Amino acid sequence: MIPSQKEWQEALIQRHGPDLQERFSAASAAICGLGGLGSNIAIALARAGIGRLRLLDFDRVDITNLHRQQYKAHQIGQYKTEALAENLREMAPYLSIELVTERITEDNLSALLDGVDVVCEAFDDPEAKAMLVNGVLEQFPSVYLVAASGMAGMGTPNTIRTRKITKRFYLCGDGTSDTANTIGLVAPRVMVCAAHQAHTVLRILAGEFDV
Amino acid sequence: MVKVNGTERDIAGKTILEFLAATEYDPKRIAVERNQDIVFKSQYGDTVLEDGDTLEIVSFVGGG
Repeated sequence: MIPSQKEWQEALIQRHGPDLQERFSAASAAICGLGGLGSNIAIALARAGIGRLRLLDFDRVDITNLHRQQYKAHQIGQYKTEALAENLREMAPYLSIELVTERITEDNLSALLDGVDVVCEAFDDPEAKAMLVNGVLEQFPSVYLVAASGMAGMGTPNTIRTRKITKRFYLCGDGTSDTANTIGLVAPRVMVCAAHQAHTVLRILAGEFDV
Repeated sequence: MVKVNGTERDIAGKTILEFLAATEYDPKRIAVERNQDIVFKSQYGDTVLEDGDTLEIVSFVGGG
């Protein structure tokens, strides 16, 4: 038996306090890329009681994703947007979810990302990351952007940190650990970076803009 | 002098495009902020660096 929306909201208020929870509930975020970063960011924000999430990814769940991404065996082959929405509804049944199952490009970015408070860059490919960051900063001067670079490999998690690059642009990661020259992505280190991104989003919503 | 990612460089008078061409940066993997503002990619060739500027070049690596 799933609790009512009122009970859910009361439980969140009990945890976060009424002021903070009001800010979270009123907010929206877009998550661009639903891999190791994006799926974990989405879960953290959903559990924290953010009001609306827009999930963007063109890809389907692959067996090689399951070592770090928040999908299940029976979801292999499903679109990541639909699979993640399914999982999020089990954790946060009253979250408002919007799905965009297409590739984000320079040309469609302004339409796909319109109407959110914060954008999370959670792509895998460095050129796609740069395209999104430049596009958001150029086309959405009033939106906050939380991006990531450098979280691959078995290095210490202590080098992953959050930097504030400009007034509205935050960058998480160690800045250097590339999938191209490490063993690849390992779940907890990616989760550390995703946690930096998710918590930075919540801090922005709370009006805490320093890092 | 222009401060690039925290280091003073003698590149005042050059455009961002000229400066980048002399570096290892891959233009497809970066975002450039000048004095806390994004530099539009289309403006790299027209933006002349001035003495006292602060440049932050964010270079993205793979993984997510």
